[in-house]
Amino acid sequence: MDEALSDLGDHIAAAFPNDVTRTDVALGELTIEARSDALVKLLTFLRDDQNCQFKLLVDVCGVDHPDRPQRFDVVYHLLSPRHNQRVRVRVLTDEQTPVPSVTGVFKSAGWFEREAWDMYGIMFSGHPDLRRLLTDYGFEGHPLRKDFPLTGHVEVRYDDEQKRVVYEPVSLVQDFRRFDFMSPWESAEYILPGDEKSQEQS
Amino acid sequence: MAEVQIKNYTMNFGPQHPAAHGVLRLVMELDGEVCDRLDPHIGLLHRGTEKLIEHKTYLQAMPYFDRLDYVAPMNQEHAFVLAVEKLLGLEVPERGQYVRVLFDEIGRLLNHLLNVTTQAMDVGAITPTLWGFEERETLMEFYEAASGARLHAAYYRPGGVHQDLPRGLDERILAWCERFPQVIDDMEGLLTENRIFRQRNVDIGIVSTEDAMDWGFTGVMLRGCGVPWDLRKSQPYVAYEKMDFDIPVGKNGDCFDRYLCRIEEMRQSLRIVKQCFEEMPDGPVSSVDRKIVPPSRGEMKQSMEALIHHFKLYTEGFHVPEGEAYAAVEAPKGEFGVYLVSDGGNKPYRCKISAPGFRHLQASDFLSRGHLLADTVAIIGSLDVVFGEIDR
Repeated sequence: MDEALSDLGDHIAAAFPNDVTRTDVALGELTIEARSDALVKLLTFLRDDQNCQFKLLVDVCGVDHPDRPQRFDVVYHLLSPRHNQRVRVRVLTDEQTPVPSVTGVFKSAGWFEREAWDMYGIMFSGHPDLRRLLTDYGFEGHPLRKDFPLTGHVEVRYDDEQKRVVYEPVSLVQDFRRFDFMSPWESAEYILPGDEKSQEQS
Repeated sequence: MAEVQIKNYTMNFGPQHPAAHGVLRLVMELDGEVCDRLDPHIGLLHRGTEKLIEHKTYLQAMPYFDRLDYVAPMNQEHAFVLAVEKLLGLEVPERGQYVRVLFDEIGRLLNHLLNVTTQAMDVGAITPTLWGFEERETLMEFYEAASGARLHAAYYRPGGVHQDLPRGLDERILAWCERFPQVIDDMEGLLTENRIFRQRNVDIGIVSTEDAMDWGFTGVMLRGCGVPWDLRKSQPYVAYEKMDFDIPVGKNGDCFDRYLCRIEEMRQSLRIVKQCFEEMPDGPVSSVDRKIVPPSRGEMKQSMEALIHHFKLYTEGFHVPEGEAYAAVEAPKGEFGVYLVSDGGNKPYRCKISAPGFRHLQASDFLSRGHLLADTVAIIGSLDVVFGEIDR
């Protein structure tokens, strides 16, 4: 199984020598990393090539890594019923650079890309209708980014005097509790005054 | 008479409409009674499951999956635990695999009972719903006997299932299996040859194979157009490769074929349930790797080491090696996938839930164009949408 996947990875990499940056088989899954400007070409190839036939786009999602200059991964999962194989395509982007939309290749990409825009603020160029999808009308921010708080910024309640639902800043009686579960042997190093003396002696 | 230009009519369908199967809001553009464009507004049930999961340990994240597709809860749990097991490289003991197959199929029956009967209700038949719900209640009692909860079971755990089946449950389920085919026959007697049901469903919402693939259809929606694609056969997980069952496929890809597929799948599920009990071996239902699976409560009271494991696993939880995995199961609605990214910690770095209903509902615009307003209701009914998993 792994051999067939790595063969497939080589086949795809050979077709796009300049655009595919890495192919990798791990846990029985093939991952292809590519440059984002070749994305439409690559997915069209994956869909139409005789050895690929990845006719179904099962999922598109973003992953946020705020510590990287190109903070977002955009991950596409494709499925080939003909060859009974799956492939994962990954491209990298940041907050400003749009990723080319693949709605022209797979119609199912439409809502997935809207969701990625809604949740992460990843822009897709050429999408026919890039509106928010899951969040509230008039919502601000992109909730799945790692720097967005779990509680959000606003809460709603029904105001009896105004006879309508009003938005207010979140006020919580208790913060979400985060515990440091790491055992003292592997946790962060707490530097206490006087610790430097032991360093000097050794 | 001078020609009159008639403007299209925009109408709101839902979010509180009995035929919307939950909180679906459709903004429809109607030309007379013909649907010109349909814009589903979803997200009214959005709870931020994926964000919450990033802040919980793997074990705490698991019950969120019951709350996605609350019609067949355990099938969702299965996708998550498979993804975790893939990252951990954990094996499930054979008895645990059979218990999972058993409850996956009970979930499928729960789902199809609800979908077939509510689809019938959408087009005007109320009796099947009442019959179907009675059977659903019995099935939920089986859920309760095994896990302690009718709906939010939290029964599947990484490494197996939480506890073994109670004594006597096998006889109760088998007795139900003997009785249930008669209920399917009765239901079919009301629907399959029914003139109204046929008028409302035959040749409505036809999908070709190419379109179905293009829109990312899986499950019954894809099988309805004649593609024999079922993950239980093509990419078997747990004990499915030992199971003996058939995959029903449709011919025309319309609402009626999808209904027929679901009816036949219920009969096949019964076969699997019976076979599970025939072949189920004895032994542990969960892995005995104490670094991942907590010891039982009785053991915890006896042994110091078990106490430490119990405490550590229920506070800190287990750490999952760095990596990414995609695991998919054949949920009753289609392929339900979980994409899990781990950074080596005790919480998932990212957990993307890929729900079949999301992909299917997306195509409702394409399916309904040119159909009458009343047919849109039949199409939404046959798409099998549940908003827990679409809005997440």
